[in-house]
Amino acid sequence: MRVMVCIKRVPLVGGKVVLSPDGKEVDTKFLGFGISPHEECAVEEAVRLVERNGGSSTVVTLGPQSAVEQLQFAMSLGIDEAILIDSGDEEWGPMSTAAALASAVSEKVAEGAAPDLLLLGNEAPDSGDYQVGIRVATALGWPCVTGVKELDVSDGTAVARREHGSEMEMFSVSLPAVVTVKEGLNLPRYPSLPGRLRAKGKKIDQMKAERMAEGLTTLQLRLPAEDGRETELLGTGVDAVPRLIEVLRETGVLAR
Amino acid sequence: MSEVPSRADVVIVGAGIVGNSLAYHLARLGKTRILLIDKGPLPNPGGSTGHASNFIFPVEHSKMMTRFTQDAVDQYKALGVFTQSGGIEVARTEERLQEFKRRAVSAKAWGEEAYHLSPAEVKGYVPYINEDVIIGGIYFPAVGVVDSLRAGTLMREEAQRMGALSVLGGTEIAGIDVEGGRVTAVRTDGGDRIEAEMVAICCGVWSPKVARMAGATIPLYPTVHQMISVGPIARFADTAGEIEFPIVRDMDTGMYERQHGGDMEVGSYAHRPIVIAPEDIPSIEEAVLSPTELPFTQEDFDPQMRDALELMPEILGDERAGVRHAINGLISLTPDGLPAIGETPEVRGLWSVAASWIKEAPSIARTAAEWMVAGVTDIDVHEADIARFYPHQRTVSHVRARAEEGFNKTYAIVHPLEQFESVRSVRRSPMYSREEALGAEFFETVGWERPQWYGSNAPLLEEYAGRVSSRPAEWDARWWSPIIDAEHLAMRDRVGIVDLSSFAVFDVRGPGALSYIQHLALAQMDVGVGRVVYTPLLDVAGGFKADLTIMRMASDEFRVVTGGGLGMVDKKWFVDHLPGDGSVTLFDATSAWCTIGVWGPRARDLVGKLTDADISAQAFKYGTCKWIELGDIPVLASRISYVGELGWELYVPMDEGAHAWDLLFEAGQPLGAVPVGMGVYATTARIEKGYRAYGNELTPEYDPVEAGLHRRVVKKEDFVGKRAHLVQRSLPPAAILCTLSVDTSVSKGGVPRFPLGKEVIVTPDGDPISDRKGRPSYVTSAGFAPSVGQYLVMSYLPPELAVKDMRLAVECMGERYPVTVVVAGNGAVFDPENERMRA
Repeated sequence: MRVMVCIKRVPLVGGKVVLSPDGKEVDTKFLGFGISPHEECAVEEAVRLVERNGGSSTVVTLGPQSAVEQLQFAMSLGIDEAILIDSGDEEWGPMSTAAALASAVSEKVAEGAAPDLLLLGNEAPDSGDYQVGIRVATALGWPCVTGVKELDVSDGTAVARREHGSEMEMFSVSLPAVVTVKEGLNLPRYPSLPGRLRAKGKKIDQMKAERMAEGLTTLQLRLPAEDGRETELLGTGVDAVPRLIEVLRETGVLAR
Repeated sequence: MSEVPSRADVVIVGAGIVGNSLAYHLARLGKTRILLIDKGPLPNPGGSTGHASNFIFPVEHSKMMTRFTQDAVDQYKALGVFTQSGGIEVARTEERLQEFKRRAVSAKAWGEEAYHLSPAEVKGYVPYINEDVIIGGIYFPAVGVVDSLRAGTLMREEAQRMGALSVLGGTEIAGIDVEGGRVTAVRTDGGDRIEAEMVAICCGVWSPKVARMAGATIPLYPTVHQMISVGPIARFADTAGEIEFPIVRDMDTGMYERQHGGDMEVGSYAHRPIVIAPEDIPSIEEAVLSPTELPFTQEDFDPQMRDALELMPEILGDERAGVRHAINGLISLTPDGLPAIGETPEVRGLWSVAASWIKEAPSIARTAAEWMVAGVTDIDVHEADIARFYPHQRTVSHVRARAEEGFNKTYAIVHPLEQFESVRSVRRSPMYSREEALGAEFFETVGWERPQWYGSNAPLLEEYAGRVSSRPAEWDARWWSPIIDAEHLAMRDRVGIVDLSSFAVFDVRGPGALSYIQHLALAQMDVGVGRVVYTPLLDVAGGFKADLTIMRMASDEFRVVTGGGLGMVDKKWFVDHLPGDGSVTLFDATSAWCTIGVWGPRARDLVGKLTDADISAQAFKYGTCKWIELGDIPVLASRISYVGELGWELYVPMDEGAHAWDLLFEAGQPLGAVPVGMGVYATTARIEKGYRAYGNELTPEYDPVEAGLHRRVVKKEDFVGKRAHLVQRSLPPAAILCTLSVDTSVSKGGVPRFPLGKEVIVTPDGDPISDRKGRPSYVTSAGFAPSVGQYLVMSYLPPELAVKDMRLAVECMGERYPVTVVVAGNGAVFDPENERMRA
């Protein structure tokens, strides 16, 4: 089978987020870049599906040229080939992004290498539009399941499960299909050194796309108020034990 | 956490391994009110200690660094945080194998074990290594790993237990108050002000930023060192502790592989230099991991991954082992790669204890504590003295450039004379363009470009054929030319002209000048006006602080002339001792005066052609100075010599220096005058005259009796170190500085090899030698003596071996060469009666 997975280069925030002076983007001076945990699971799933069923996997991104780094990361985990759709340095909205990704899929279809499954993260960790997967599916006329945390693929059918409250919803869709996944789908592997070196040697296909007018535009970013987390020092050494036990009881770790 | 005190003896800023250790040592030495502040949380406030690889190879070519490391290991062991693993450096090139021979010699000199290994033997220790890509190795059994965070915590807690230490975590320094050039208090971001006698900056990569608050500089630059951690490694699955296999340093690729539990940590010093301005280090809040663990830049590491994979394919090639952690870790690099320790020259009471690796940190802290409390240190720290940097070496641009250039030298084979390529030509004497035209090979010292030899003297090689030395081995001949020997002989036969503009010159004036100078100098300084006195300066323990010449210019005026290399260290010593009553002023006249040395049997003829002054032997005696007219320039002529010849140091106003050089050069042509470089001045001429050099023979670890520089009588006036000096004189010396000749230089391979310095002196059977104070005998200086046709080395020897004609050996590049003591104590193999100098 052929699996295609879409990823997005995003800044890896961990500490306090700093905005650019114009408030339109995140200041990435101190940040590295990567892909979201959802997408790491999508990549892992693609690799596993091909390991199990044979076939090939392709990673695709719409992003700046520096997104080569993320494509190579995906390939270091075992993805076979990569496509970079050049967006320049501008952030594209969900409509343009979905159209670009759909055209990449269509190109594969035209080449006679139609994917059976298109995997995406459930949402981008930075813009959080929750739209791209659905828009791509609509453009392609494929079924789409979002928020998936379990996935089984066999005989032209994908069975996808997702959480709904405390229940699990189960969808069975015929392939080709679009599935957007969430962290927890699997436990992604780390890149091995040989994987990294293989990825380094692989060619990346470059594509162009047209940016279109969007329904949504970014006006301004605003940092939400901090949670005001506090650290309480319970004590040091043996003196801390009584209070520690109290806290463990309060939090339900120990029976009361 | 403690309440914020309003006063402290010492405020230590930075609770990494250095700050914690400093707190402990200050407490141990009797300080009772110490405050330790860090902006981060304890025990890991986010500095470089927190991400350090924590392994220690206690072998270096530098004696100071080896001693720091050995002491640090002892401290870590005492704290119970040291795990011995052994360490192996592997070679992929023949040049590296030669370097291992040199490393083994250094190990032996400083008392460490080292064993050469074949590739198969390396594999015996490290079964997962690919022995096909290496051609040998060197094994250091003493190598180990430490828990530096735990060590810091234990030391901090011990200082607290002693009741000497308060600790403030999560508190940032907002300012350092300075009054009258002395630190008075620190201010915190919480609005507290803590009065302090001393403030110690132990802030690693942030040190420059904190120092700047007080108007001081700490010349280091945060530099990235990339590390990855790969796991799980199947072979390490059963490892009980942290490490079971020796640490491997893959020297020729600039990398190390170090087991860390179930993972293999791979670190690199081979990637492009990546420097981060202190201002560009993220705050604790903004940092994703920690401020000193920056996002990994994969593309910089890719070439190193290939090398690592090639060396350890079995474990790093395992597809199931992944890169679980990868960082661009920050380390602190100074322009010369050595630590920056000591009181800052800008602000009294403000101390730098920075640019340390884990491997030496507790020792650097101990040394700083001793210095802060007692003024002297057990380990000779002069090479790491923060005062060593000249103002231009403290500029951001200089520090950054040298940090960048120095980074890739971390595992490189660095020749003892290797020159930096960056920030050159900063300080040029007025004669520079003339020297350049003469084909000078410039070596740099503290920014000065100094001719080491002159290409224009190449024709002398023919004139002195058979008397100049040859060095067939490339290593020995690197940064060297036989022209040095030819220049030397031409100077001895005729006359040489030497540019000595790098001298540091301090003019001391005022009614208190005599007693001030007397207080610092070992020699009697109450001499007639116009006398020039060579004298050591001692520290309070009676070791060498400096050696220099002092001219008595007037009853209330002295001119101090010292080598440029440690000019700023010496200046701080003089400035620190100035009386508070204003009776003495010190003016740094270094940039006002250049110095031209004119020496050789025809020196009087040469200078005589340009002056009407009476410079006859009777009228201008050795050891005196006077103003003379050199053509149309008044110059201060000082009749002394570091090359053992008749002649003068001519002190010329900097702006007239080129003119003076031209006058001398032109007048010298009929006399056969040659320009002479530092190769002669600092080595060949010096060594055959037995002259001692600061930093080589003269260090705080040795005293004037041992160096043979004590006077027949001790002056009655008090001086720094006098009490210790009197004790030294009352006891038989533990060592005596000797000159030895290398009897044969031909190696087993038939190629002559030469010691270049720091090689170990051994008995004829190859046993190391040390004196009753435990100090090893090693080559302090080495060089050919063209006048006598011998290769000489200098070394301190225990008295029973410091006997003329005693036969010993020197180890050099893995082989032993016989040497013979030719001068026991102070003396010269050439012109021992100093007749030439006094002619």
